[in-house]
Amino acid sequence: MGFFQNLFGKKNSANNAKERLQLVLIHDRTDLTPAELDSLKDDLIATISRHVEIDAQSMQIGVEHDGRSQRLVADIPIKSASRRRSSKVRK
Amino acid sequence: MTAQVVTITSGKGGVGKTTAVANLAVALASGGSKVVCIDGDIGLRNLDVILGLENRIVYDIVDVIEGRCRLKQAMIRDKKLPELYLIPAAQTRDKNAVSPSDMNRLIKDLRTDYDFVLIDSPAGIERGFRNAIAAADRVLVVTNPEVSAVRDADRVIGILEAEEKGPAALIINRLNPVLVKNHDMLSADDVLDLLAVELIGIVPEDENVIIGSNRGAPVAFDPKSRAGQAFRNIARRLKGETVPFLDLDSHGSLWERIQRLAGRK
Ligand SMILES: Nc1ncnc2c1ncn2[C@@H]1O[C@H](COP(=O)(O)OP(=O)(O)O)[C@@H](O)[C@H]1O
Ligand SMILES: [Mg+2]
Repeated sequence: MGFFQNLFGKKNSANNAKERLQLVLIHDRTDLTPAELDSLKDDLIATISRHVEIDAQSMQIGVEHDGRSQRLVADIPIKSASRRRSSKVRK
Repeated sequence: MTAQVVTITSGKGGVGKTTAVANLAVALASGGSKVVCIDGDIGLRNLDVILGLENRIVYDIVDVIEGRCRLKQAMIRDKKLPELYLIPAAQTRDKNAVSPSDMNRLIKDLRTDYDFVLIDSPAGIERGFRNAIAAADRVLVVTNPEVSAVRDADRVIGILEAEEKGPAALIINRLNPVLVKNHDMLSADDVLDLLAVELIGIVPEDENVIIGSNRGAPVAFDPKSRAGQAFRNIARRLKGETVPFLDLDSHGSLWERIQRLAGRK
C-alpha cells in the first residue's frame, strides 16, 4: 500500500487510531515525553556503567502497560567478563 | 431507602453525557425506581430541554444552595413519569456558585427518599466536574470511539482513580457498527483495550436520539430504538442485573444486507 493510500485512503484507519492512541496514552499517563525518556536512558547508562560494563548501543528502554498501570522496562545487555578480560589481555 | 448516586462525566464535551443522564433517568423511572437527576452544568443548562421540562423551571440548584427556596421547590416532577424529578442548573451563574461540599449537603438530603440520584457533569476537569463527582458512589465515563474522546476519557479515569472515586465504568456511545466492520472506527474491544476499565454499555449511533431530543422525549421511551434499548440495558446493569451486551455486529451485517437489497451497495 502506497504512502498516499495510507494517508488518505480509508483502509484500516481504526488500526491507525489504536496505535496512535496507545502511544499518546502512555505519555499522558506517565508524563514522560520521548525526549525525557531519552535523557532517562542516558542517565541510566552513566549510572550503570560505573558498576558494570554494558553494551549501551543495544540497550532498550520503554514503557509497557498492564491494565491501567505503567511499567518502565529496560533491557540492558552486559558485556561478558571473559570477553572483557581477553580484550584487556590482547591490549 | 438509600439512593445510589451516579455521576456521568467524560472529559470531552459533546460525547453524550446529557443524553445518557436523560435516558438512564427515563429507563430507571419507567422500571419503577424513584429518580432525581441533577443538571451540574451550571451556566449551560441542557438537561431540562432534553427531558422536555424547560417550561416548568421556577427555581434552580443555586437557589437551593443559597437558601432562596427549599429543595422540594426546585425539583420538577416529570408529567409522564411521576417518579422522575429534575433539579435544573442555574443559567445565569457560573460554576463557582457551587462547591463540592454544597453538593454533598444537597445530596445527603436526597439519599433517604430516592433510589437513584443521577448527576450530569459538565465537560472538563475543573470545578464543575469536581462538584459533580463529590458525592458520587459510582462514576460512569462516556466516550465515543474516536481518538480525542478516548484520550480525554483516559485522563478523567486517571483522575477518578487518584481521587479514589474509581473504578469508573465506561459507556461507549455513538458506535457505528458499519464503520467498525469496515475497520474505520475503533471497536468496543479496541476502546476497552486502550482504557482498561469496566464496560457498562455500548450505545449505537442512532438518529432517534436527535429526534427524541427535538421532542423532549428521550429515546429510552421508544421500544423500537436501538439506542433506547442500549440505555435501558445500562439502567438494568445499574440495578445490579446481568444483561448481555447488544450484538451490534450482527446489526451491522443486517444493515449492510438491507443496503445491498436496496441496491445501495
Ligand atoms: N447515540 C447517539 N446517536 C446519535 N446522536 C447522539 C447519540 N448520543 C448523543 N447524540 C447527539 O450528540 C450531541 C451531544 O450530546 P450531549 O448529550 O448533549 O453531549 P454532552 O452532554 O456530553 O455534551 C447531541 O446532539 C445528541 O443528540
Ligand atoms: Mg451536556
